[in-house]
Order: sequence, then C-alpha cells, then structure tokens
Amino acid sequence: MGVLTDNLPLFLGGFRTTVLLFAVAAVASLVFGTILAMLRVSPVPILRGLGTLYVTVVRNTPLTLVFLFFIFAYPLLEIVKLSYFTGAVVALSVYTSAFVCEVVRSGINTVPVGQAEAARALGLNFGQILGSVVLPQAIRAVAPPMMSTLIALLKNSTIAAGFSVAEAGAIRQVLSEKGENQLLALIWVAVGFILLVMVLTLVQRALEKRWSRAR
Amino acid sequence: MRMRSLVVGLLATGLALTACGKEVAPSGPSTTAAAATGVTVTGSPTFDRMTKAGKITIGVKEDQPGLGFRDPTTNQFSGFDIEIARLVAAKLGFDAGKINYKVVQSAGREQAIINGDVDIYVGTYTINDKRKQQVSFAGPYFIAGQSLLVRKDDSSITGKDTLKGKKVCSVTGSTPIGRIRDQQLTEPSNIVEFQGYSQCVDKLVAKEVDAVTTDDAILKGYAAQQNDLLKVVGEPFSKEPYGIGLAKDDKALRDKINDILQGALDDGTWQSTYDSTLGKSGSTATKPTLDRY
Amino acid sequence: MSNVLFDTPGPRARVRHRLYGVLGVLAVAGLVAFVVWRLADSGQFTAGKWQWLQYKQVQESLGRAVLNTVKAFALGAVLAIVFGAVFAAGRLSEHRAVRVVSAFVVELFRAIPLLILMFLFYYGLPVAGIHMTPYFAVVLGLMLYNGSVLAEVFRAGIQALPKGQSEAAYALGMRKTQVMVLVLLPQALRTMLPTIISQLVVLLKDTALGFLITYEELLNYARYIGSIYSFGPVEAPVYFYRPIVPTTIVIAAIYITLCLLLTLLANRLQRRERRSRKHISAPPQPTQAEVAAA
Repeated sequence: MGVLTDNLPLFLGGFRTTVLLFAVAAVASLVFGTILAMLRVSPVPILRGLGTLYVTVVRNTPLTLVFLFFIFAYPLLEIVKLSYFTGAVVALSVYTSAFVCEVVRSGINTVPVGQAEAARALGLNFGQILGSVVLPQAIRAVAPPMMSTLIALLKNSTIAAGFSVAEAGAIRQVLSEKGENQLLALIWVAVGFILLVMVLTLVQRALEKRWSRAR
Repeated sequence: MRMRSLVVGLLATGLALTACGKEVAPSGPSTTAAAATGVTVTGSPTFDRMTKAGKITIGVKEDQPGLGFRDPTTNQFSGFDIEIARLVAAKLGFDAGKINYKVVQSAGREQAIINGDVDIYVGTYTINDKRKQQVSFAGPYFIAGQSLLVRKDDSSITGKDTLKGKKVCSVTGSTPIGRIRDQQLTEPSNIVEFQGYSQCVDKLVAKEVDAVTTDDAILKGYAAQQNDLLKVVGEPFSKEPYGIGLAKDDKALRDKINDILQGALDDGTWQSTYDSTLGKSGSTATKPTLDRY
Repeated sequence: MSNVLFDTPGPRARVRHRLYGVLGVLAVAGLVAFVVWRLADSGQFTAGKWQWLQYKQVQESLGRAVLNTVKAFALGAVLAIVFGAVFAAGRLSEHRAVRVVSAFVVELFRAIPLLILMFLFYYGLPVAGIHMTPYFAVVLGLMLYNGSVLAEVFRAGIQALPKGQSEAAYALGMRKTQVMVLVLLPQALRTMLPTIISQLVVLLKDTALGFLITYEELLNYARYIGSIYSFGPVEAPVYFYRPIVPTTIVIAAIYITLCLLLTLLANRLQRRERRSRKHISAPPQPTQAEVAAA
C-alpha cells in the first residue's frame, strides 16, 4: 500500500493522462474508422481498394512502429509540429481506426438486406442509406466488439510511455529512479487498468441494454 | 501457390543480399596485455564459476561511443569501459579470446548481476548506496559528472540553473533525469524521455529539445561525433564514480579487482588507456581514488 | 450486404465514380509523394543513411534479430493456444469452482495491458526472487494475454457447435475429457481458424513490445543501428548518420511481410477447409472483431 499512498500524485497524474489519451484517441478512431468503413463499402471500386489497402497495412504493422514513425519520422515532414502527447494520440488513432473500420463493416453486414433495399426503394442515395438507415443499426449490433476494440486501445496506450508521454505505463520508470519496489508499483498499475476496463465493460452492458430495449 | 513463390522469392532476396555483403576485417583489440597465469582468488564463487566455464562473461554497453561501443560491421567492442574490462580480464587470467561480452542496458544491470547472467559489469555504472544494497562495486575506475549537451549555436544554456523553460532529454529511468525532476531544474512538462541517448541527440539536432543531460563522459562522445553542431556546457553538477559491478557477497573478487585497478593506476596503464579512448576528445581526467569497503 | 447499399451505377454515376476514384488516388498519391519528398529533402534517402544494409555482419545480425522475433512468436503462439484451449475447457466445465477460477484468470489477463504484464515479469518478479530472462518475460506475457483472448475464441467456437456433436459423443460412451479433446476442441479450432490466425498476427506484432524490456528482437536491433552516427578509427570514420528513419522503414517492411505471410497461410488453410468441408456449416464469426483488436 505504501508505494501507492506515498506516490499518489504520480499514480493519479499517470492515469489521468492515460484516460485523456484514451478518450481523445477513441473519439478520433471512431470517426476515422467509420469513414474508412464507408469507403470500404462505397460504390467506387478504387476507394474500396484504398480502404482495404489502409486496413491491411495498418493491421499488419506493430503499434510500436507506428509510434516510431510519428515521433521520429513525422517531424521531418515539417507540417504541423506535434507535441509528444498529440503524436501519441495520432499514432493510436491511426492504428485503432483500422480495427474500428473492420468492426463497423462487420456490423453493416449484420443489418438485414431488406433495410437497404427499402431505403433504396425510397430513393435515398448511398450517403443517406448509410448515414440514416444502415449505420445507426449497425453500430448497435456491434457494441460488444467495438467496446473490446476500445479496451484494446486503452491498454495499447501504455506504449506511449516509451515515447515520452507520462501516462500510467511510465509510472514504473519514475519509481525505479526512486528505487521503490517495482513489483508492488506494477501491481497497482495493473489494478488501475483492471478498474478502468471494468468501467468500460459496464458502459458496454448499459448500452447493450438500452439499445436492445429501443429495438 | 502464390504463397510458395513468395517464400521462395524472399529466400532468394535474402541470399542475394547476403551474397553481396560487404565484409570488414575485424581489427584486434588494442590492449595486447598477455593474460596472467596461475591466478587464484580463494573464496570467490564468481571466480570459481569463471574458471569452470573457461571464460569470463562481462556485461557492457553497446551504444556509447568512446566508452562502450559495438561496431555494427564487425561486432567488435571498443571504448574506455571495454579496455578496463579487458585489462581486468587479462589480470584474472582470461585473454581477449576468452571474454564473452553481453550487452546489458541500464535498466537491467542489477538483475543481470544478481541472476549471474554476467560475471562482472563494466558500463558507465555509477556507484551509489541504493545499488550497493543489491550488488557490490570495485573501483571507481573513473569519475564522471552529470553535464549538459546543447547545440553549438545556443548560448542561452550555460549550466544547470539555466534550464528553466528548456526542454531537457534523457533516457527513461536513469539517474540524471531523476535528478532534473527532483531538483526541479526544469518544469515536469519539459522533461522528455526516450529509450536511448542517441534518440535524445537526434531530437537535439532537430531542435525539438534544447539539452541532453547525462554523464559528461557519455556526452563528450556525442559532441566529438558532431563537433560542428554540438557542445558540452557548464560545470558537471554531480559526481558519478563509475565502478565495476559484481555480486554483492563476493568480497574476495572485489578486493582482487581493486588490486588490479590500483596496479593500473600506479604503472601508467590507466593513463595510456584513457588517452587512447576518451582522451582523444581532448579533455583530461583526474585519476580516481579507489573506494575499498 | 455491401452490394445492396447502392444501385447499379448508370452512365452518369459511373463517370462520377470514376472522378471520385481519380481524385482519391490523386490525393493518396500526392500524400505519399509529399512524404517521400520531405523525407528525401531531409536527407533520409542519402546513401550514407542506407549503407549499413550492405555490411555482411549487419545482415547476419538482422537475420538473427528476425529469428529472435520468430522464436518468441513461435513459442508464444504454441503456449497461447494451449493456454486458450485449457481455459476454454475450464470455462465450460461442469464444476462451478473450475468455471469461476478459469473465468477469473481469463478476465484478469485480458484486462491488464500486455506491456504492464511484461514489465511485471521482467522488473517485478526479480524483486520476489524469481529469475527471469527477457525472452521468458516476453513469451509469458504473450502466452497469458493472447491465451486469454484465444480462450474466449475457443469457447465461442465450442458453444456454436451443434449440440448433437457432444450428445452423439456421449452416446458413444465417451467421457467428458474425451468429448472435449477428441470431438469439440478440434472442430472449434477449425471453425475459428480465421479468428485464431488474426489473433496470432496480433501476437506476432506484440513481440515488438519486447524492445521495451530489452529483448534482443527486430525492433531492438533497429534501435541499435539507428543509434549509430559513426564508427571505425577516429582518423577515418565511417558514417551511418543515425539512420532512425531508414531502419524504421526496413523493419516495418519485414514485420508487414511476416504478418502477411501468416495471413496468407490463414487464407490458404481456410480455402482448403472449405473444399474439404465435412462438418456442419460454420457459425458466424462472433468474436472476429473482438479479437482483431489489441
């Protein structure tokens, strides 16, 4: 207990950064991932191909490499200077959106064909069909896998610790400088993550319940 | 089918690459001191283990030019730490061919010694009380001090008290960055940490950080590589006595290594070793006084 | 589904689509060209930054690093599959105690970030006096995390099997273990193959985390090469100019190739599977997306 109480500000600060990192990256990957999914079912073959290419490349690249790119290669592009935190958000979003895309796509496939056919019969165009008819239903169907993807994002955020973002994964480094018991420190970090994951799981259950009633 | 041709293609490419590989003849170690014979260290379990294995396993660094550096084209080690390691090994009865180098980075040093993965460790290893609870130290064989590496055209940083508002970079979990944090030499948000000093130096050159901090011996190595761009500034603001790490309970070996180091300090070997490695950067060093305990 | 989302394009729509396609390709090509141009402009493609590749010793070391990555992957994958099978069976056990314990273990290791697990093994356990090499810390972490995910995959696969399978097996006089090992698990393994492979791709990628606990794998070697500015005698040094970006590019290519090989293998197995299908139609892929993450 001593390790935790003695370094409470450190633990709180670390987990605050983790939650912030997670929240921003989650929103960004949900938006970008959905756009990618729309590309992958669009009527334009080339855009479908580009979407597939993106997903294939990103899904087969270790996240650490994506980080390396955004921290060490991206600054050479001299576009907008990113802080290490923003760099981490971008790296996590680029990576996670490929997985979000696949989840949304599998959700689109669960929506009954009749829905889209009816929408087409009403004269809606592709954007309208997806935006007003198919996606709202698809998102509901994929709540559990989507939450798993987000939980994975939460856990992946620890990699940012290796790239100068002081989040929960970095707590060990500071405590090892101080010569604290690393086993205990790491166990507390693990407990923190278990709690966060539990919260996310509860959110998932609540959403599922609400949406199943709404249907 | 596609799969098989892909595999074959990859293999072929690999072979082709290997076939045209440029070979570099390894240059022998510069210390040619003959290995002592008939050395005994009674009551040293580590020495018994070395004798039994017929070789000595030395933990070193691989990415610190001038101190502990591995040439990627030959896998040969060089630097001041390496020369000290060779000297100690020779006096213990192991010539250069019987040394087994094992790269251990800062974060894993205590464990490597405790686990017996290495017999001794020579690699910018600062002696301090916290570490003495887990391992023991022979030496010091060199006294370094924490200093600052900055861009040559930057005159705003002159020492540790001018760091406020500047971005300072060092390796994660290292003593120097801990000191910056504890003494609040700069704001916490300005502390940047990476896995290796070279990544910090890369960021320094790219003007994303303003200073790299660690022991002057290490910084001088980087300054020497790019002396048109980088410089070491200010007085060292800490004392980092480098010791040879070994198992905590092995006093016999510790005493023996201390004798070897004392001999090297007395007969001029230490000075010539320094001159041929770190001394090439032009800076002088004072001989350390051994701390026997 | 995707083909019912839009009407078959008429002539004007086709023209419009072609325009979108061209615009999309132009945008992406422009982006790539810009990235390449900027990198070239900042000197990333100069010969000096790439010459490390031509040394025999470097190639050999690189090969050894790839081997280390594959080694951690291979052992981690085998152990994770075994771990997953055991705990999937555990979660389906008739004994409440076994079920609860298995569920606890699986949920626990799914919740802890893999990196924290590896840190725990490598930096934490020695405090408790347990010897741990980076290799085993990596393999153990990979096994526990991916094994837990695979346990859920297997469980879903087993539950999706028609009840007749186990009933028939029991009717033949098989014991519980026999039913599980001889009848249910093999079938679940086959139907869940795509999901399992995509989890193995995740496992392969996660070996890269070993770099943060000093395991000498591919990324670690890239870091080392990327750290070298010059070497050789002071009088006539050879310059590598810290090739951080070039090494990242090479390493990325190697990882993507390895993962694609694995995916190709999966597709092949799946095709063969479909050809020789003797069992009942496959269930939908419940945890496909769930597993794809991480």
